[in-house]
Amino acid sequence: MQDLADAVRMALSLAMSGDAGFIEIVLLSLRVSLSATAIACLIGLPLGALIAIGRFAGRGPLIVIVNALMGLPPVVVGLVVYLNFSRAGPLGWLGLLYTPTAMIVAQTILVAPIVIALSRQVLEDLHAEYDEQFRSLNVPRGTAVWALIGDGRHALMTVALAGFGRAVAEVGAVIIVGGNIDHLTRVMTTAIALETSKGDLALALALGMVLLAVALAVNALVMGLRASARRSAYV
Amino acid sequence: MKRLGIAWALTMGLAAAMPAGEAGAQQPSILVQSTTSTANSGLYEYLLPIFTQATGIKVNVVAVGTGQAIRNARNCDGDVLLVHARPAEEQFVADGYGVARFDLMYNDYVIVGPDDDPAAIAGGTDAAKALAAIAASKAGFASRGDDSGTHQKELELWRRAGIDPTTGSGDWYRATGSGMGATLNIGIGMGAYVLTDRATWASFRNKGDFRIMVEGDRALFNQYGVTLVSADRCPNVRIAAGQRFVDWLVSDAGQQAIAAFRVDGEQLFFPNARDGSM
Repeated sequence: MQDLADAVRMALSLAMSGDAGFIEIVLLSLRVSLSATAIACLIGLPLGALIAIGRFAGRGPLIVIVNALMGLPPVVVGLVVYLNFSRAGPLGWLGLLYTPTAMIVAQTILVAPIVIALSRQVLEDLHAEYDEQFRSLNVPRGTAVWALIGDGRHALMTVALAGFGRAVAEVGAVIIVGGNIDHLTRVMTTAIALETSKGDLALALALGMVLLAVALAVNALVMGLRASARRSAYV
Repeated sequence: MKRLGIAWALTMGLAAAMPAGEAGAQQPSILVQSTTSTANSGLYEYLLPIFTQATGIKVNVVAVGTGQAIRNARNCDGDVLLVHARPAEEQFVADGYGVARFDLMYNDYVIVGPDDDPAAIAGGTDAAKALAAIAASKAGFASRGDDSGTHQKELELWRRAGIDPTTGSGDWYRATGSGMGATLNIGIGMGAYVLTDRATWASFRNKGDFRIMVEGDRALFNQYGVTLVSADRCPNVRIAAGQRFVDWLVSDAGQQAIAAFRVDGEQLFFPNARDGSM
């Protein structure tokens, strides 16, 4: 209980202090996880839409597989990315291991199935409403995909936030491919793991609270944008 | 839609504009594969700025168990190996992955346990005897179980005691498969004895009612070595910068810096690069 009280105090003073090393860690967390979420959305939304409106052989099993991949263990993703990016691995020549780029790649792999699976569900439901209209107007598939993504944007924002939540909270993948190197690849979750292993539980907990606050701020920002977009749509 | 597009572009721009982690790439840098015990104690935070100031070379440290550090170095994912398991390090050099291994510094392992000391080993100086007492009383023992330097030392001590602890695995012997700090957290959480290096213990902040039970046995000696990864096996090794780091560590300046590092006034690493072998 003492730890909890200490943690709250420490979290506040950390957030207030503006300590350069601490801010660096927070910013790197945001940079890695936002980039991964953005790339996963760029790849995942069109794929989710295509699966949603497509009728092709093996669609059912594909949906089951994508849904299952939402449960990819971060440690396994980290290991696979490590083995590929390691100097001894097939992509070793890129020299990406232990860089933020490798962390973005790993988190993208984690987030993409979430974006594909959830957007597929959202867009399929939406498509059920629009299907007849698309047919009668003879809308090409590409146009239909963009129309669906455009109309489902609010639900898809929530999908993106779910993906971001997954990315910013995971430690298993980034600690393997990033190495938790001070001033280079240390993010909030790996810093929390490090402080826990040093037995500084109060500091670890304080960092956890800051991480929660950061996630809260990102979500509030997106909700705020959505609300203002909606207002302007009805003016 | 348009607004959302703008918001998206803003987010992306923000993500891209954030300080690039690779920004320091212009500065020469090396990657050291090392152990949690040296990193957790704060040694590198003390030592590395001194080296960087003297040479302009930035040192990045990946801190994992010795076993994993050696595996990473075998994959050529590192320029320098700084760990504490001499036989494994010598094998690394013998296999051609390392140029040469140098003794760097030492400290010692200790056995820590709960204040009520159910195996009655407090004050002992014979580690193997203490382990035997723990096994006999079936008091809990938390093992790293992760092929780290500390784990290898622990297995060596069990062999000395003539006991196979794995027969009690899951019962009184708990292999955590985790780092030193995590294992200490677990051991302290369930009142189980733990073998730990002194540096991690001294700087550990969650000691609870645990204290050092056994220390001072010569078998508990903990030697750290430093090895430059070989460019023959790993062409990507930054050989010049890595060599300067190794040279500096074993030089008078590096050895004095190691000796000057203190946690709560206690010296945690004792330089011995100049002693020849132990």
